[in-house]
Amino acid sequence: MPGYLYPSFPFRRPPELDGKQPAYAVAIVGGGPVGLTLALDLAERGQSCVVLQAASTVSEGSRAICWSKRSLEILDRFGVAEPMLRRGFTWNGGRVYHGAEEIYRFTLPREPDEKFPAFVNLQQYLTEEMLLAAVAERAQWIDLRWQSRVDGLRLEPGGAVLHVATPEGGYDLPARFVVACDGARSTVRALMAVPFEGRVFEDHFLIADVEVSPDLPSSERRFWFLPEFHPGETALLHRQGDGLWRVDFQLGWDGVDAQAEKAPERALPRIRAMLGRQDVRLHWASVYTFQARRIAQLRHGPVFFAGDAAHQVSPFGARGGNSGIQDADNLGWKLALVLSGHAPDALLDSYHAERSTAADENIRITSRTTDFMTAKTAMRARLRTAVLGLAKRHGFARALVNSGRLSTATVYRDSPLNGDDQGFAGGPPPGAPCANLPASANPSDGYLLDGLGTDIQCDLLYFNAESANPAALAKLAAIQAAEQPLSITCVGQPLGNHWFQADPTGRIARAFAARPDSVYLLRPDQHVAARWRTLDTERVIAGIRRALGHDLRRADGRTA
Amino acid sequence: MKSDPNLSDPDGFFEALIAAHEGLDEATGNLLNARLVLLLANQVGDLAVLRESLAAAREGLEPPPAAEAATAE
Repeated sequence: MPGYLYPSFPFRRPPELDGKQPAYAVAIVGGGPVGLTLALDLAERGQSCVVLQAASTVSEGSRAICWSKRSLEILDRFGVAEPMLRRGFTWNGGRVYHGAEEIYRFTLPREPDEKFPAFVNLQQYLTEEMLLAAVAERAQWIDLRWQSRVDGLRLEPGGAVLHVATPEGGYDLPARFVVACDGARSTVRALMAVPFEGRVFEDHFLIADVEVSPDLPSSERRFWFLPEFHPGETALLHRQGDGLWRVDFQLGWDGVDAQAEKAPERALPRIRAMLGRQDVRLHWASVYTFQARRIAQLRHGPVFFAGDAAHQVSPFGARGGNSGIQDADNLGWKLALVLSGHAPDALLDSYHAERSTAADENIRITSRTTDFMTAKTAMRARLRTAVLGLAKRHGFARALVNSGRLSTATVYRDSPLNGDDQGFAGGPPPGAPCANLPASANPSDGYLLDGLGTDIQCDLLYFNAESANPAALAKLAAIQAAEQPLSITCVGQPLGNHWFQADPTGRIARAFAARPDSVYLLRPDQHVAARWRTLDTERVIAGIRRALGHDLRRADGRTA
Repeated sequence: MKSDPNLSDPDGFFEALIAAHEGLDEATGNLLNARLVLLLANQVGDLAVLRESLAAAREGLEPPPAAEAATAE
């Protein structure tokens, strides 16, 4: 297989360079996975945007490779999840080794009949290619500009004005909202002088994409503590798409020469020893260090920060790229509802409330992993040795072995958008996403989330057991008459001309811990906003208003 | 003796354990571990469970060769 051929995307002269001055609702800075996901989500919700991308091609090297179930659910809205699954490597568990010995094998929690696996591994440049294909299908909504580097930003009443440098000159670009998706070295963050400080982990890691011959047997994620092929450190192996392997070696801190380590003559012997193959072709290698940090506020007036521009974590746990996708998922519907006049500006403040909590959770979890992996002091190393030594025989010690706690969807437990939670003993609580279960026994009928969270509507799931239910029909009519953006689906038995989801086995009702007359309100990002045991018109209308930010107070103390 | 997971938050416990050692040197850290063993033994209470735990902790650990030589003298 030849190495990956990077496509080259041409610069196209924008109207601004010929004296025109269109204004944009949303300008996205950065065309990586986060920026492209946001652009696609906005397009699906009827909002156009401009995307400014400094480079002329996709990500160099595989970088983010592990895409989580929740990311796939989000990307499925744009038809991108299926091609990722076809080309990538799907996995639901992994193996952990101590020295030469496998100490345990884990399986990630997941409903067996959900649409997507726990993870698919696909190199970032291929994921970006697939996102770009979806962007090209929506060219009337998404104005993607290559070789367009933002080098200035000023705030003005009603939005912000970016200055964009291009091969043919610079121009001003006014936008009502700007979203910085421009990575860990964010230009927008620097232009706004937003501090980005945190904890530096004193460790280097060698990361490489390799092809080996003969190929290794198809494999789950493998993680080694103190392997014989790399004494005293850790190592990680992942299979990617197109037969590539990702290797990751911990190198330590003192005396590590990053330039020398990534040179083939130094990297290849390590990789050969790890994989037990002499024929290894190196496609890409890099040495990285990392920090755990986030900016204090994810919103600065009309400017929002998402992905690595807003927060950085250790890569162990796949919480970087996946949390960026979830940032985009969280912001897209809120921008669309505010821009279409269905929600107040204060709804956008909840982006910070929800996603800063997610960032803190990811930083806390990945920092614990890093502390376990790097074992900086003699006592930490001894405690880790104790855990690893007990892990083979004792299940409790396996629970203490930390080779990465893999990304799951963040539950917005304390969100200001959450409403009532009335007497449920299971099922997704307010703030949680829903399991993506089959819509029927026939998989070709699709899945539950396929029809939920579209456009700018909330979804109301009404669990109905009676084919004739005039009382519920009247209440649902009253809820719809409140003229909120809402789509109603009856689960179990159809009612009137509302959408209908059959549930002959009761599988969906069980997943939601629902009884007849139970009600779930879902936000446009498919997270639960509120749930009730009985259908109450006033409470549901109040719940929708709350989910759309009408109860939030503005920074100046007035109700939105 | 419980061998299956019983900690409500394993990662939170390990983080707290590391934090308890923060700033201590080798000898003081060993003393902390010894005190912790005694405190936790009192939580367990049952000597049979403690003996079983002691045996599980000892399993696979050998005295260093130097110590054997000292015993032989």
